[in-house]
Amino acid sequence: MSFLLPCPNCGPRDVNEFAYAGEVTSRPRGAPSQRELASYVYFRRNVAGVQREWWYHRFGCELWFLADRDTLTNEVIRTELPQPGDATPAVEQPAVPDTPAV
Amino acid sequence: MRLPPQPNERIDRSAELTFSFEGKAVSAFAGDTIGSALYAGGRRIFSRSFKYHRPRGLLCCSGGCANCLMEVDGVPNVRVCVEPARAGAQVRAQNVRGSLERDLLSVVDKIGGPFTPVGFYYRTMIRPRRLWPYYERFLRSVAGLGRLDKHARRTNRYDVEHRHVDVLVVGGGYAGVEAARRHARAGRRVVVVDERGGDNPGSDFELVAPARAIGIYEGGLVPVDAGGILYRFRADHIVLATGTIEQPLLFPGNDLVGVVLPEAVRRLVEDWALKPGERAVVIAADDRGLDATDVLERAGAVVVAAIDLRDGQPTRIEAKGRRGRLRSVVVGDREFACDLLVASGTPQPAYSLLAQAGARVEYDRRRGIFLPTELPANVEAVGSVAGELGSAAIPAASFDGHKGRCFVCLCEDVTEKDVKRAIAEGFDSIELAKRYTTVTMGPCQGRLCHLASIRLFAREQETGPDSIGTTTARPPWAPVSLGLLAGRGHEPAKRTSIHHRHEEAGATIMWTGAWRRPHSYGDPAAEARHVHEAVGLIDVSTLGKLLVQGPEAAPFLEMLYPNRFGDMKTGRIRYGVLETDAGRIMDDGTIGRLSDDQYYVTTTSTGADTVIEWFEWWNAVWGMDVEIVNLTGALAAVNIAGPRARELLARVTDIDVSNESIAYLDAKEALVAGVPSLLLRIGFVGELGYELHFPSPYGEYLWDTLLERGADLDIRPFGLEPQRILRLEKMHILVGQDTDSESNVLEAGMPWIAKLDKENDFVGKWALEHVRERGFREQLVGFEMDNGVVPAEGGQIVADGSAVGRVTSARLSPQLGRVIGMAWVRSDLASEDGELRLKVNGNLETARVRLKPFFDPDGERLRS
Repeated sequence: MSFLLPCPNCGPRDVNEFAYAGEVTSRPRGAPSQRELASYVYFRRNVAGVQREWWYHRFGCELWFLADRDTLTNEVIRTELPQPGDATPAVEQPAVPDTPAV
Repeated sequence: MRLPPQPNERIDRSAELTFSFEGKAVSAFAGDTIGSALYAGGRRIFSRSFKYHRPRGLLCCSGGCANCLMEVDGVPNVRVCVEPARAGAQVRAQNVRGSLERDLLSVVDKIGGPFTPVGFYYRTMIRPRRLWPYYERFLRSVAGLGRLDKHARRTNRYDVEHRHVDVLVVGGGYAGVEAARRHARAGRRVVVVDERGGDNPGSDFELVAPARAIGIYEGGLVPVDAGGILYRFRADHIVLATGTIEQPLLFPGNDLVGVVLPEAVRRLVEDWALKPGERAVVIAADDRGLDATDVLERAGAVVVAAIDLRDGQPTRIEAKGRRGRLRSVVVGDREFACDLLVASGTPQPAYSLLAQAGARVEYDRRRGIFLPTELPANVEAVGSVAGELGSAAIPAASFDGHKGRCFVCLCEDVTEKDVKRAIAEGFDSIELAKRYTTVTMGPCQGRLCHLASIRLFAREQETGPDSIGTTTARPPWAPVSLGLLAGRGHEPAKRTSIHHRHEEAGATIMWTGAWRRPHSYGDPAAEARHVHEAVGLIDVSTLGKLLVQGPEAAPFLEMLYPNRFGDMKTGRIRYGVLETDAGRIMDDGTIGRLSDDQYYVTTTSTGADTVIEWFEWWNAVWGMDVEIVNLTGALAAVNIAGPRARELLARVTDIDVSNESIAYLDAKEALVAGVPSLLLRIGFVGELGYELHFPSPYGEYLWDTLLERGADLDIRPFGLEPQRILRLEKMHILVGQDTDSESNVLEAGMPWIAKLDKENDFVGKWALEHVRERGFREQLVGFEMDNGVVPAEGGQIVADGSAVGRVTSARLSPQLGRVIGMAWVRSDLASEDGELRLKVNGNLETARVRLKPFFDPDGERLRS
């Protein structure tokens, strides 16, 4: 992957500056059934086409933002800052490295 | 022997230099390549071939083929025909047992032929299986090209530079320079990349040379190998002017030393004033190839025959030689004695980079070559790569002769017979045949054999090359050293502001994540005991430190943690565990309330970055009125722990340090030795302790002051290993060590943390509710060994012959004089004093379950 991703804050940057955090999911409200919970936590639509997803400018301004990206061509159609109540993260964060120390 | 000065020669005859070849001195002029200097010294054999160890000489002389690969200063596989001669360079032949002139392994060519057909290694040497190790040892010793020095150290410095230009032109020939000027006139910033060095042709564009584009990647990324530096070019517009590649003809004996391509003649004569031969035969399919005749005549060679394939194709071509050197050429029914044969077919546009950029490649029946079509919008092809070529004949796929091998692929020693055999064996698709015969898979990457193999394949299959298709063009287009791709030898490390004091004190330093931290100062057991008996000091600056503030700080934290924080009084601290929505433990730490709308959050050292991203992410989602400030690097932190900790603290601060003033889990701001600090009374190591958080620049000062003022209290620094012993005595978990991707706070034995009755939702709540409903499957418990054996972390716990748990931590506690540990066990085994059977080094050892901390179970010392 070497496409350019426009950070809403910094402009177009190499994709290697960013962390990808998966497609946008919607967090259940109230008391979800087990099925709803499992599907929110573990299942993704994994579309072949344009998908809305989370990105983090890890080696840049450290901003979270949303992108509409075509998963077939890596064309980024739009990026924007999230609006409150827009969507919810559910992707597991990377595991803590294996040499823990407090 | 040099010719008289040539009009455009690249050598400077006034500047001589010397390098060594196989230990013997070779003289060269400035501007020579290693190859041209060796040639000037009379060398004609430059390598031995891959499989048959046949002698090979200069063929393309332009860095395209594998005929001149040598080892230069310990680096194998250097194309010496384009490698500039450097004074003092050590050059050696490779893939040779003996010398280039007498290579013992050439026996494979003489007798091995019938035993080493295409794909022989898939079929022979397989049975009997038990002999394979011997076959393998032999094959390994003869396979491959060049040798890597296993003890080599990184010597060259490689850098990466990211560059952005309007237009990037690959290829600095006539068409490339024209295109560059055209774009420059339109006001665009233009960079031209060219394989050959040279003077900058003007100020209207920048020339990067000698340099090679390695490939074209997504997003218009063009990495360019410029020797010690890798440029990562991003260009809005890419112009490819990569020209054509001269194609060898296929006939028996076509690999003899003395059979060359026209460009080799041009470069030898015009660039280095070298005479390529005395008596020459020229066979070519176009004007550019036939031009070699003029060049040779100007150099004083006799051209005994010049054959234009456009005038008709000879029925037979065969090169005959002795000891691998060309002696004569048979064309049709005539034989010419000669020492040079210039032979070339239809030049093939070097379309590889265009194909990588997304162009389609089609076979042009009329011209007998592959041409790029349907270029992407921001890519332009100019010059001969775009098909601007003069008229050319399409030579036969191969010419017959009486005897001798006819090579399709010189790099991998694949003959016409091999290709026929592969087809006969059923490899009827070019992609399969390529993998089976390895044609196009050698160092030239198909430059000289791609077209030839497809045309031969088509003839044998009795179909057209257009129906055969091409193999996929992939980076790297030019050979690139791994060192260049790896870049500089950085191993980024974080060090605290007190780090040098640890080194001065003789600490053993270890990696923890990206941090370098003291493992111990020499005696972990004594350091641990000292914390129990007197007072110890540990650098905990690596902890993640966050300030969470704003009107909604409390609700924000309550949604992130299973804990409750809104009811916490200012100046109090709570232990908190972060969970994901899957219920998994992510991290732990302390949360102190500094004021109504301000919380100070600490995280684990290695989890700090993850937690900060996690906080920011949820804040982006919820859009709450909260600010998160990362203070991890800004603040240093030390922990003073042990029964004498209070006495020490009293000496360096003016506030009241009594148990009434700062109780267990209190937070207070104070001056410590004059440094504004945040005092947190917490006890990870299980003794009375204070964590001081203060500005990093005071790290060494405060460390020194505490050691100095505590000298008579016998203060002693302790490292991570004693800290791990101490925390294990208290059964304090280490996230990532005692927990994994399945662990949740309920089963990890911390049910008090999860406030499932909280009125608001929180991350992980539903998963925890689910765990509570389904009941516990596993539980994290402590254990005590019956004997002094220390089980390995990760060791199995067994019952009735099956695994029922695993050890996560185990240490000998010097304080308790027993081996203690923590383990996940099936929940029916998680009862106090229950027996566990641990597998240690193949033996079963017995341990007892402990559910309360091993040391100070009721926390009296913490609260004292």
